[in-house]
Amino acid sequence: MESPEAARLSAEDISPSSNGPKAEPMLLDDDPDDLFAEATEEVSLDSPERQPILSDGPSPVITPVTPVMISSRADVFDRSPDQDEDEEENRDTFDIQISVSDPEKVGKDVCDSLSLCLQTSLSIFSRDEVCVKRRFSDFLGLHSKLASKYMHMGYIVPPAPEKSIVGMTKVKVGKEDLSSVEFVEKRRSALERYLLRTVKHPALLKDPDVLQFLESSELPRAVSTQALSGAGILRMVNKAADAVNKMTIKMNESDAWFEEKQQQFENLDVQLRKLHASVESLVCHRKELSVNTASFAKSAAMLGNSEDHTALSRALSQLAEVEEKIDQLHQDQACADFYLISELLGDYVRLITAVKGVFDQRMKTWAKCQDAQVMLQRKREAEAKLQHANKPDKLQQAKDEIREWEGKVQQGERDFEQISKNIRREVGRFEKDRVKDFRVVIIKYLESLVHTQQQMIKYWEAFLPEAKAIA
Amino acid sequence: PHPRCFQESGSWFLTTTPLVRSVSVDLNNDASLVIDIPDALCERDKVKFTVHTKTTLSSFQKPEFSVPRQHEEFIWLHDTIVETEEYAGLIIPPAPPKPDFEGPREKMHKLGEGESSMTKEEYAKMKQELEAEYLAVFKKTVQVHEVFLQRLSSHPIFRKDRNFQIFLEYDQDLSVRRKNAKEMFGGFFKNMVKSADEVLISGVKEVDEFFEQEKTFLLDYSSKIKDASAKAEKMTRSHKNVADDYNHISGALNSTAADNNTAFKKHLEKYAEVFEKLRKLEDRVASDQELKLTELLRYYTRDIQAAKDLLYRRARALADNENSNKALDKARLKGKDIAQAEENQKQCLQKFDKLSESGKKELTSFKARRVVAFRKNLIEMTELEIKHAKVRRLKCCVYHYMFTRQCSGSHGKPGNMREF
Repeated sequence: MESPEAARLSAEDISPSSNGPKAEPMLLDDDPDDLFAEATEEVSLDSPERQPILSDGPSPVITPVTPVMISSRADVFDRSPDQDEDEEENRDTFDIQISVSDPEKVGKDVCDSLSLCLQTSLSIFSRDEVCVKRRFSDFLGLHSKLASKYMHMGYIVPPAPEKSIVGMTKVKVGKEDLSSVEFVEKRRSALERYLLRTVKHPALLKDPDVLQFLESSELPRAVSTQALSGAGILRMVNKAADAVNKMTIKMNESDAWFEEKQQQFENLDVQLRKLHASVESLVCHRKELSVNTASFAKSAAMLGNSEDHTALSRALSQLAEVEEKIDQLHQDQACADFYLISELLGDYVRLITAVKGVFDQRMKTWAKCQDAQVMLQRKREAEAKLQHANKPDKLQQAKDEIREWEGKVQQGERDFEQISKNIRREVGRFEKDRVKDFRVVIIKYLESLVHTQQQMIKYWEAFLPEAKAIA
Repeated sequence: PHPRCFQESGSWFLTTTPLVRSVSVDLNNDASLVIDIPDALCERDKVKFTVHTKTTLSSFQKPEFSVPRQHEEFIWLHDTIVETEEYAGLIIPPAPPKPDFEGPREKMHKLGEGESSMTKEEYAKMKQELEAEYLAVFKKTVQVHEVFLQRLSSHPIFRKDRNFQIFLEYDQDLSVRRKNAKEMFGGFFKNMVKSADEVLISGVKEVDEFFEQEKTFLLDYSSKIKDASAKAEKMTRSHKNVADDYNHISGALNSTAADNNTAFKKHLEKYAEVFEKLRKLEDRVASDQELKLTELLRYYTRDIQAAKDLLYRRARALADNENSNKALDKARLKGKDIAQAEENQKQCLQKFDKLSESGKKELTSFKARRVVAFRKNLIEMTELEIKHAKVRRLKCCVYHYMFTRQCSGSHGKPGNMREF
């Protein structure tokens, strides 16, 4: 069976002569089933401003913008004024910018104290701009408070970052490079994302603890961090899950929506973990590529020194320099791979745990309601029995208890209805946010790739005359 | 006619176009003897190369003909040439390495085993990848076998070699039996002695400026190019790993999409497509880098070794020459067997002079050849890198445009593309 793809793979390589790239047609549609083949044409027709980029001209005049994302302020969700496309979609203006910076070492923890700066025009905040200092434990404290307040109501509370930043799937390729610089950046970036996600939640944004956290210069010292660590919260969530598993009465799910969604989230959990593992592998291999490129560069330089033909010697040295520069590009790309995609997936794996926790809370609520009903039934039976005995006070007590438990049953049913309603809304919001989050990340990732390729073109185009100069 | 690689009842068949190979250059510019390998067949473990010859030389029976040859027959040819005393002063083109289909064969095995557990799409995809891998290995092995023959055909002395002619022309199986244990051991021993060559070469007192320089250069260059070749290989391997990861990511995105029934599904499928495209491009970068850079370095590592072998043979001859001088002096002193010693001395000197003269020519043209080949390959590699980077940039721009445009609905706003 022929493989047109494989065939054309080599057809491209075999330029009939060693002409420069200008002589070759740009192969836009080398995939017959390229869904974007039409789009490609659209691009050149509709947007004249894009012509200079698409044309196969000389070294790009476009000076690449400073690496868009992987400075120390990797604001994945930064809503700068330029990004009005999100606003257009949102309708509601969400004008809040949070940055976490200036990590400071306190004791053994290299990243314990940080500056938290808030810029906003929202009226619930007392000022437009405020900067405060926070400890890592403060973040954990905030999350613990929010979890205890809102989780049982069915709100998906964004999980706080873990204390130890180890890859969730623990993919190890080569030595684990946890230099403190990387660790600090990982944590800083994670805390920033955590806060942004938290304030995106309409209910949490209004929460007084959140407002206090963001605004007030002094915070009451958080309780022991052990119970508040991400792992601690996870344990709390797992306990709820265990409680659910131990339920002797299986929940009679009358609502197919919940059954379906729960199954979906179970599947999603598995798949995102797998996806996350693949991305972590990509990060590792990209780092390896960087190391191997640098190693080759050194080797090429040595070869150039050894080469006795002058022009070839010079070209080999130049090649070594190009490869060194490309090594740096690989490192930058590895950063993009990690901070954009890997961390997003990590965040979502943790978020899914929170979502599953919320479903479990609903089951707990239902169980409570069931228990109340059982109790009510017992009380009614007890009252019925007492009808025939001649104990008027006990009868009254029984009647009181029945009323009490009727109240509890009603409350339980209301709670259950409320949490079900909340979860539906939360899941809807989650699913909408999910689409946006992933798209934003992919867009930024593509930008990083374009930037890398731009640089690569620059470097290789500079090298080409050197190669041609070998006489 | 594009290169094709396809499978027919368990065998893999490759047809290529000429000029795919460029490790060595200007090898076929003499129309009196033109050799190429237009196709190859891989049946289980055996690869059969079609060796195609076009010639105007009268020493051949026909002006154009083809014969099937296996790798072992190439080795036989190489070994007979190495063992020919007359060619001691020439750089013997290095033997092509054995075709290595281990990688694709493993994958083929996995494909066969997992066929029942795979979806139709997964199976088709894996089959496609397998074909690409076979093609890559094919290209490499055809390249080195062809270049070997072309080196011989473009050399004024080798092209007249009788065994070479037989190799090209004889349409029956050459019945080259596999080396038996003794011969293989002999070869091993020869290789062991090679490290002693280094000592011999460096130890011999050199009178000729040219050879002194060449010796210094070759010994140093040889270790450097071997190292560069190994490092290039690791770099290429890393590229392939990255491509593999893109592949897994794409697959995982598709799996996630399959289980999803919300708006997210379409997005995931698009993202899977992006990563699939990235994978293909990364694969191409890897395979081009391998062909133009890694293979180039590998080839010249072998060629440098062949040049060193020449130096060794000359050093041997020099040593023999010195010994024969000493023997002559001794004979003269003793007054015995002088004529014999004189004759011996004369022959040794003749041999040494012949080797030196021919060696000088060979090493000079070797350098020229090496420089031209590096130039050609570095240029081609650079042009391909530029091309691939441009294609990747373009594709990413297109996807970027599509995804940002989705946000703005039907406005067609370019979004963040402005900054490019």
